[in-house]
Amino acid sequence: MKVDLTVNGSEHAVDVADNALLSDVLRETLGLTGTHVGCDTSQCGACTVHLNGRSVKACTVLAGQADGGDVTTIEGIANGDDLHPMQVAFRANHALQCGFCTPGMIMSAIDLVQSADGPLSAEDVRDGLEGNFCRCTGYHNIVKAVLDAQANM
Amino acid sequence: MSAETGIGASVLRKEDARFITGKGQYTDDISVFGQTHCVFVRSPHARAKINGINTDAAMAMDGVIRVFTGDELVEDGIGDLPCGWVVNSKDGTPMVSPPHPPIATSVVNYVGEPYAFVVAETLQAARDGAEAVEADFEILEAVVDTATASSSAQIHENAPNNQAYDWELGDREATDAAFAKADHVTTLDITNNRLIPNAIEPRAALGSYDAASSTYTLYTTSQNPHVERVVLALFVNVAPEANLRVISPDVGGGFGSKIFVYAEETAVIWASAKVGRPIKWRADRTESFLSDAHGRDHVTKAELALSSEGEMLGLRVKTIANMGAYLSTFSSSVPTYLYGTLMAGQYKTPAIYVETQAVFTNTAPVDAYRGAGRPEATYVVERIVETAARELNMDPVELRRKNFIPPDAFPYQTPVALEYDTGNYAASMGKALELADSDGYAARKAASETNGKLRGRGYSCYIEACGIAPSQLVISLGAGVGLFESAEVRVDVSGSVTVMTGSHSHGQGHETTFAQLVSDRLGIPFESVNVIHGDTGRSDYGLGTYGSRSIAVGGSAIDRALDKIIAKGKKIAAHMFETTEDQVEFAEGQFSYAGSNEPKPFAEIAGAAYIPAVYPLDELEPGLSEKAFYDPKNFTYPAGSYVCEVEIDPSTGVTEIEKFVAVDDFGNVINPMIVEGQVHGGLAQGIGQALLEHGIYDGDGNLSTGSYMDYAMPRATDLPDFEVDMTSTPCTHNPLGVKGCGEAGAIGSPAAVMNAITDALGVKDVPMPATPHTVWETIQQGA
Repeated sequence: MKVDLTVNGSEHAVDVADNALLSDVLRETLGLTGTHVGCDTSQCGACTVHLNGRSVKACTVLAGQADGGDVTTIEGIANGDDLHPMQVAFRANHALQCGFCTPGMIMSAIDLVQSADGPLSAEDVRDGLEGNFCRCTGYHNIVKAVLDAQANM
Repeated sequence: MSAETGIGASVLRKEDARFITGKGQYTDDISVFGQTHCVFVRSPHARAKINGINTDAAMAMDGVIRVFTGDELVEDGIGDLPCGWVVNSKDGTPMVSPPHPPIATSVVNYVGEPYAFVVAETLQAARDGAEAVEADFEILEAVVDTATASSSAQIHENAPNNQAYDWELGDREATDAAFAKADHVTTLDITNNRLIPNAIEPRAALGSYDAASSTYTLYTTSQNPHVERVVLALFVNVAPEANLRVISPDVGGGFGSKIFVYAEETAVIWASAKVGRPIKWRADRTESFLSDAHGRDHVTKAELALSSEGEMLGLRVKTIANMGAYLSTFSSSVPTYLYGTLMAGQYKTPAIYVETQAVFTNTAPVDAYRGAGRPEATYVVERIVETAARELNMDPVELRRKNFIPPDAFPYQTPVALEYDTGNYAASMGKALELADSDGYAARKAASETNGKLRGRGYSCYIEACGIAPSQLVISLGAGVGLFESAEVRVDVSGSVTVMTGSHSHGQGHETTFAQLVSDRLGIPFESVNVIHGDTGRSDYGLGTYGSRSIAVGGSAIDRALDKIIAKGKKIAAHMFETTEDQVEFAEGQFSYAGSNEPKPFAEIAGAAYIPAVYPLDELEPGLSEKAFYDPKNFTYPAGSYVCEVEIDPSTGVTEIEKFVAVDDFGNVINPMIVEGQVHGGLAQGIGQALLEHGIYDGDGNLSTGSYMDYAMPRATDLPDFEVDMTSTPCTHNPLGVKGCGEAGAIGSPAAVMNAITDALGVKDVPMPATPHTVWETIQQGA
């Protein structure tokens, strides 16, 4: 099937299998391998991207469901060399180790902060990131990073 | 050297630049021209004879290129997956290591064991092909339970009683004598729950064969690509070592599970030559659960002999360790030399005797998982010490203080083979109590009671042996490898530096820490140092990263290579100063000579090395590039004190960790930010073990916890903020004074949590994981 996607501001018309997943299209067709697949079952959150401004787990979205949609991946959040405040905060707070969960974690965290009604507490951040696993950091520094970033977003 | 980037500075990580922008290159991110895809066909049975495999239907499917079975590998001379450490039983006989073909041939011995694999044009076609492979299984009785395995049906022909070995350590008679004179004996029957490592990046492999040069290239998710290469070449016979290059690019966490040589990469690299095209495989999460080596799974009876004053006199430990269906790469060393040797803990217990019976079951192989043996040892020692204190009505802190090896007793020879070089256990305990606001505990406990909650507090004073390991010692104990590390320091003409290390970073931040070390010693900018790892084609043979060894062994190797760089730099500088090399000093990035007021910066000497105008070439070779292989003199002994405070809701059994304090002694620290991060991660895995995680097989050997819906991984809401601090007694036998920090959190924390929970409930034991259901049941039984 033909699917039209805007990904990180660029328009793409891709021809994919009916059962192709958004994560497959991003990684295999468009070469955007920053979106990682950790569990294939929408449990781990490593594949989180934004679809029309909200975070989704790309391993559980059919490419066809995203037809006509606006997708942002980890590769698309910096403005040239200016990193997104969430990227800056993750590095500044040592909120990543192996880096595998990091793209999904950052994409979830951005949506969490952007869609919050008011300032997030540490507890809000822990609740809000429940859909993203990190096996390296114990989340301690991720929570710090998100709280840090929200001040600059 | 710069205070901002040198040793001891919390420098932000170099590697983050690619990880936060999605530019990391993990194995599954790499694609090569013409690549095919591979799916493994896995046993649905825990134990069965294979009477036949029919691949015809699969072969006939669209897109399927080849279907391979185990027999084809055997016919081609592919060997078994070996276990690299031979442990002897009490009677001196070597362990039983059953045949372990990478792809099963005549029998399958655990659910998920591969018995065929399909190579196809697309992943979808490979999956469809795998569905179409048919096998005629004759199902046999499965053995699952650790405690009863030795009296169950025999799994392997060469392993009566399903026993791999029956090992001992320590002085049995002396320990018996200690118990004979004891005023009090505390006994504890405990289990150490099976864990499934769950690096978030699943294992993956991409194998290619280049017929023109007869060379193979394997990209894979390995913590030790050189070990992978030597095993595949020497033992599995995939290719001559010189013709095989193994690359571990960015690797998304390992925690031990990516040390081992597995069936999948063996199959992929072998078959790439048969198919004549590159082959890629990535595990899905259920495959990871089924086929990654699991961790822990011990059943233990421990006895501690004490005087009435709380002096620890003797310790007896008898453990049954579940090895799973086969002996994985380093599995045999885990419940023996990485376990029994730690039973002295931080204490001067004079007599210790440890027995470990390793048994086979029809479950996934069990091998090293973060801490590997040392968490299990700490769990035994710290649970029984706390239990003894309660039985003697002593403060558990006081009992520990009374028995700590005092700071002036080092080097200290334990009764279980190790010689601790240094430590100050009372210091870390003191700091931990302070951070835990020990004085305010009574008020907090009273407040919990007022709210209908149960509050408890537990301690854990762990020690570990890491910086693995002195080669000749471990070889004498059965290891099939040396455990040194390699380093090469290549100085460029301009004075920038490239470091090739045999260590491998899969989250530890070596590109930063090692650059700090080089920058500090050579006095050159941190930004001028580039660290390369994970490629057998670029660095010398090295042993990789596990056992908290990278800074202690790999870092020491770099330090030794830097010694050689500085020594040669002095020779070159001596010619420039027209003096002798013993008159040249090197400090702060400058070579200087008392007879000259113009010191030579490092970069100038680098330039002179490669533009060899000033020194005689018959005395000194041009260039500035040096190698070192560092073999540690001893293990290193990180130790620490952990305090955990929990509050339990008796109506639901839910345990909240109210406070977790970790004070660790890692000796000298290069990058405190990274070290604290390592502790956080270890604590998360240890707390996960204590409260959440459990790899469970049902009676037929089906993995009940084969997905994230069933295996409780710690999420952000499950964990507290950690209070982490350090004390320091520098290691006395390596040049950096470092001990290693990767595993401490996972080693020390389970006992602290479980001591707190048993304290809150007023019971002797609660099995791990202390899920709400388990805790609630415990409360009901007591009510």
